[in-house]
Amino acid sequence: MKPLLKRLGLQGRTAVTAVPYLWLLLFFLIPFVIVLKISFSTSQIAMPPYEPLLQWTGDKVMQIKLNLGNFAFLVEDDLYWKAYLNSIWVASVSTFFCLLLGYPIAYAIARSNPSARNILMLLIVLPFWTSFLLRVYAWIGILKNNGLLNNFLLWIGAIEQPIQMLQTDFAVYVGIVYSYLPFMILPLYANLVKMDLTLLEAAADLGCKPWQGFLKVTLPLSLPGIRAGCLLVFIPAVGEFVIPSLLGDPGMLMIGKVLWTEFFNNRDWPVASAVAIVLLLFLVVPMMYFQRAQDAEAGGVHR
Amino acid sequence: MNQGRNLFRTLVLILGFAFLYIPIVSLIVYSFNSSRLVTVWGGFSTKWYGALLHNDQILNAAFLSLKIAAISATLAVVLGTLAGLVLARFGPFKGRTLLSGLTTAPLVMPEVITGLSLLLLFVTMEQIIGWPAGRGMTTIVISHITLTMAFVTVVVQSRLSQMDDSLEEAAMDLGARPHKVFFLITLPIIAPALMSGWLLAFTLSLDDLVITSFVAGPGSSTLPMVIFSKVRLGVSPDINALATILVAIVAVGVAITGIMMARQQQQRERDAQMALAANQQMIESVKKG
Amino acid sequence: MATSPRATQQKFEPWTDPHAKPYVRIEKVTKKFGDFIAVDDVSLSIYKKEIFCLLGASGCGKTTLLRMLAGFERSTSGRIFIDGVDMTSIPPYERPVNMMFQSYAIFPHMTVEQNVAFGLKQERLSKDEIGSRVNDMLNLVKLGQFAKRKPHQLSGGQRQRVALARSLVKKPKLLLLDEPLAALDKKLREHTQFELINIQETLGVTFVVVTHDQEEAMTLSTRIGLMNHGEIVQVGTPSEIYEYPNSRFVSEFIGSVNMFEGRLVEDEPSYVRIGCDDLEAPIYVNHGVSSAPGATVWAAIRPEKITISRDKPDVADNWASAVVRDIAYMGDMSIYLLRLDSGKVVRVTQPNIYRHAEDRITWEERVYLQWYPESPVVVTK
Repeated sequence: MKPLLKRLGLQGRTAVTAVPYLWLLLFFLIPFVIVLKISFSTSQIAMPPYEPLLQWTGDKVMQIKLNLGNFAFLVEDDLYWKAYLNSIWVASVSTFFCLLLGYPIAYAIARSNPSARNILMLLIVLPFWTSFLLRVYAWIGILKNNGLLNNFLLWIGAIEQPIQMLQTDFAVYVGIVYSYLPFMILPLYANLVKMDLTLLEAAADLGCKPWQGFLKVTLPLSLPGIRAGCLLVFIPAVGEFVIPSLLGDPGMLMIGKVLWTEFFNNRDWPVASAVAIVLLLFLVVPMMYFQRAQDAEAGGVHR
Repeated sequence: MNQGRNLFRTLVLILGFAFLYIPIVSLIVYSFNSSRLVTVWGGFSTKWYGALLHNDQILNAAFLSLKIAAISATLAVVLGTLAGLVLARFGPFKGRTLLSGLTTAPLVMPEVITGLSLLLLFVTMEQIIGWPAGRGMTTIVISHITLTMAFVTVVVQSRLSQMDDSLEEAAMDLGARPHKVFFLITLPIIAPALMSGWLLAFTLSLDDLVITSFVAGPGSSTLPMVIFSKVRLGVSPDINALATILVAIVAVGVAITGIMMARQQQQRERDAQMALAANQQMIESVKKG
Repeated sequence: MATSPRATQQKFEPWTDPHAKPYVRIEKVTKKFGDFIAVDDVSLSIYKKEIFCLLGASGCGKTTLLRMLAGFERSTSGRIFIDGVDMTSIPPYERPVNMMFQSYAIFPHMTVEQNVAFGLKQERLSKDEIGSRVNDMLNLVKLGQFAKRKPHQLSGGQRQRVALARSLVKKPKLLLLDEPLAALDKKLREHTQFELINIQETLGVTFVVVTHDQEEAMTLSTRIGLMNHGEIVQVGTPSEIYEYPNSRFVSEFIGSVNMFEGRLVEDEPSYVRIGCDDLEAPIYVNHGVSSAPGATVWAAIRPEKITISRDKPDVADNWASAVVRDIAYMGDMSIYLLRLDSGKVVRVTQPNIYRHAEDRITWEERVYLQWYPESPVVVTK
């Protein structure tokens, strides 16, 4: 009802809108168009290592050469679709465990003493302020064969031989859950802490046992938080590169790694672009979903 | 029953925080290990810190990373504040949905995609307009701004939507023009959010590996790139020392903020008492007539 | 209903003077938000030194109208003049109008003094002048000793005064107040109402107040503009609005009322008789009504204008018989809910004149209602 800057100082308003808008168009949207373009070109040994799509062949003829080969390649070589499926699988499993771990933590913090809440939340996000790379690195020291965890298990006698944990899928799951846990907890906490606790009292008053109250009141009301948290973990996890390369088996198929390899090792930019385009297609639906949730959360804007 | 619930809560929190903090603690502990085999204890030593100080590669990379982080965080705050202002205050307009999409997408976009697309943009731009010539600090800074301004936008937008917009109207009503309203009223009130936005952007920039790897040129290796190439080959104790220093910096920063927050809390309590006393006084004067 | 302090003063009725020039003129103003019509073809004249209240339920368009006076919203059509100057396209920061916001909108990062000085600084006045005007204003609202405080160190009532001082210090031609007392607790509210009137009279500023609280409107205002669905339905002094509502809506909105639907059976210039299916006897009203004979009309009778007795009145008109359904003892008066034989429930209030009355009318008793011919108001819409 009151976007008042709207009519006042229209000039200033246009400029204020234009600056971030143009920046994002140029450095975020247009690059995707270029990726799309290059995914249709042919690799060549040159700099840049791809052929242009448009070519003048003389005599006022402009030739557009669309090479669909890169996409055909992705379909023919089962390495790619296996990598896509595996990435989605790994991201889904990790998201699930993130939720399984993050929900009780977020719940416990949201139901703590108000004065303790802020400190506890600070402790949740604190690791985020230290380097992500170094935190993933720490798990190498914990998971490797003569690492902390194996030594501990040997010491308490749970195992007799060190078990191979590093360079397994397990290590990747641990790494993703560990790194992305704060992203799950934050929206969940924000949701749970807002909940009106008298609703639970009302449920109890009407005959709900505590666990029923949780299932029938708390859980449904926290769905937006669950949704936001899961998307915030799932989408980037699908394209994760650092964690599988440091903790996973070198042969593990993750699409982020495949893209990286195509680009840096094989220097095949067109195929790397095609890989990126297909990955983007997989993620466009969850991302739009996330954007809608985010906009609804920002709320009150469309008065 | 209540006790059972408390116990459950405590247990969850202990396990959760153990999971979050054991890796960090292990990093710190083993940075003081004299043995090169990081996880075998060979006695207390600070030699890896010494080694770190003489490692020019790491020091140079750290300096470059700090420089990039400071520049890109500052510019990201400027751009992110504008975008947040547009989204929170300008109401519906044509293209608003696209803008809000463009500001939230980088939050979750897999970094390999963002990195690749930015690189291809830079290459194309160089072909067409000759700028940016080659890749290096400029391209890294641009990429980091694009990534981190999304986070700043979210912070600013949510702060603005909590802010009572009649404050801005009141300033305008009292004769301040729109740009003055922004600098005299809006900016001072959202300043703490801008500060935390800056810190967030700074940290993200300092930490970014994937996008940076795509858009960096030869000779512009940032700290995460150096760390990554080292840890790919296995654990290395000077990295532990580096991690410890980083954790120490963050811990000191948090301690200072914590103390400041406690002070503010005390001040707020005093103020609340004052307001209460003032209220009492007022009611008395009303009673007297 | 609290009595207006204006009642004791000499007559201030510029709207009755055909030569008086309106200070604020709203001409056929309409405001649409998309398809929604927030303000619908409103025309109003407000005179200098008035306290004009825009009264209505939430969503009736009163706040939008106020915001158009302030310049925050631009009218879709129509024009607004203040002191003869067309304000339609003048932005808020150039209008000789100030507003006191419902939330008070006190700048949290400035002291009381800085808040009050803000508007004067925008005018680039000299430091000395700003200082003395701020000082005078703070003394007027009795906040002199709190000048250096930050807003969160103040009570709600004090914040309200800061907001008032801040909007008055610029000596606006027109002060707009958006629900000025809604955030105060009840005791303080009544006290502040009178204080607000005193300040208004001291400074001679014209006030336009938006409120949803009819009691507040009655106490504060010289005139009330009652709004519904974006339209002004009646403009008048508080007593005109209460005693001479021009429609069913107005009479039902202000206070409570018993509404009897009927037809005109006798229509003379000096009196009318209305036949009503709910009543045994016709309603006799001692003034004429401009309506076609046989048309449906409504007779509105206020609860305090009906008397109850056990004896059947010996008159032809203006009585009814009923059974007592409910009695609510309120201290100063009692409310009776009486059911007519038709089933319609009538509300009657009676002052409790005697501390202890034996033989009070009680539940399930049959009683007779009666009212004077001048009591009903006949409305045709």
